[in-house]
Amino acid sequence: MQDILQSLVLAVNLVFSGDSDLFEIIGLSLRVSFSAVVCSVVLGLPLGSLMAVGNFRGRQSLMIVLNSLMGLPPVVVGLVVYLFLSRSGPLGWMELLYTPTAMIIAQVVLITPIIAALSQEILSQLYEEYDEQFRSLNVPRWIAVRALLWDARFNLVTVSLAGFGRAVAEVGAVMIVGGNIDHLTRVMTTAIALETSKGNLALALALGLILITISLIVNASLFFVKIRSEQHARSQ
Amino acid sequence: MSKTSNPPAIPIYGNPLPLEVEALYHCINGRNLIDGLNLKLETMGITVVMGSNGAGKSILLRLIHGLLQPTSGSIKWGGEMIGPAIRQSQSLVFQKPILLRRTVSQNLEFVLKLPQNQSKKRPNPNGEGLAMGDQLLKMVGLRSKSNQLARSLSGGEQQRLALARALATNPKVLLLDEATASLDPASISIIEGIVCKQKLLGVKVIIVTHDLAQAKRLADDVVFMSRGRILENTSAETFFSQPNTQVARDYLSGNLSFEETNAS
Repeated sequence: MQDILQSLVLAVNLVFSGDSDLFEIIGLSLRVSFSAVVCSVVLGLPLGSLMAVGNFRGRQSLMIVLNSLMGLPPVVVGLVVYLFLSRSGPLGWMELLYTPTAMIIAQVVLITPIIAALSQEILSQLYEEYDEQFRSLNVPRWIAVRALLWDARFNLVTVSLAGFGRAVAEVGAVMIVGGNIDHLTRVMTTAIALETSKGNLALALALGLILITISLIVNASLFFVKIRSEQHARSQ
Repeated sequence: MSKTSNPPAIPIYGNPLPLEVEALYHCINGRNLIDGLNLKLETMGITVVMGSNGAGKSILLRLIHGLLQPTSGSIKWGGEMIGPAIRQSQSLVFQKPILLRRTVSQNLEFVLKLPQNQSKKRPNPNGEGLAMGDQLLKMVGLRSKSNQLARSLSGGEQQRLALARALATNPKVLLLDEATASLDPASISIIEGIVCKQKLLGVKVIIVTHDLAQAKRLADDVVFMSRGRILENTSAETFFSQPNTQVARDYLSGNLSFEETNAS
């Protein structure tokens, strides 16, 4: 209990002391995770839409694969991305290993299946509802997809939040491909892991509390944006 | 709602008839829900399809609209096999309206902006120069609610919106699947009025209903179904005064047997 209280005080002190290292770490964490979410939304939503409205061979298999990939172990993802980006790997020439870009790539691999599978679930339900009407009206497939994405937009924001939550809390993959290099690839989670290994439990816990707070603030902000948008739509 | 006069001799949208259905089967899990059905409709006006629950009325409506694929048999409109091109000239209003999660006007705009509908010109019955969406909303009495979310409307209002949306495609054939079931009398009256106007404009209307009074008000001819087959296809006057089959007589008198209702 004493440790937790001490950590809480330390966390508050860290934030209000204006520690530039801390803000650098927070900034990088947010930049990496937001970039990963944006990339995953760009990749995952079309994939989810395709599976929701598409009627192609291998659709069921793809869904099973995607659902399985939702539970990918981050360390394994980190290892695979490491092998691809390492100097002897197929993408070694890009020299991305131990850069924030490598961390973004690893997080994209981790959360794209989550966004694709969850959006597929949401869009499938809506498509099932609209399907007969769309076919009756001869709605072209691309217009149907656009309509589904628009009508499910509030639920899809929640899906993106789930992806962000997974990305910002992830440590294994970013540790492997980022290397936890000070002032370059150190993010909140890798800093927590480092401080824990050094025995600075209070500092690690303080960083953890800050991470949770940031995550709460981001989620709450987007949640209120979602609520306001829904209210706006209703009041029109 | 009083029954309207005869349909116009020259339909303004072009005659989609005859509808020719031959040896039609629709089988699900080994059961013939449509069982070797033959049907020919050659006259414009309003055809009412009647029959007990499970007789296959709604399935027939979906089959002739091309939403369901028959197990075997053929369906032709104006000599052409049913397909997307034919379906484009038809509109179906479902028993439970399927509305987008948008406002009333956005639901209409969605249909009006579909590529296949943008080139279609709709005659303005009021001649007031209103935008097409506004014309349709005015027609169904929802113009004052155009900015309201469609799903917040009452059941009757939602169905009127569904009808307006169906008309936004300028259909040659309007299909209604128990579209007024469980609606309030005012909404039923509005919908029936619009249906009658469409008939006068030369739209072929096919209605599935259980409402005998409505059928008597609207029908020019009646198709009576039982167990996936058509037992009677005759003028409304003949059907209601001298039904040919015992099943139809029982149905009209409300004495349809338990076996008939469940087996079909």
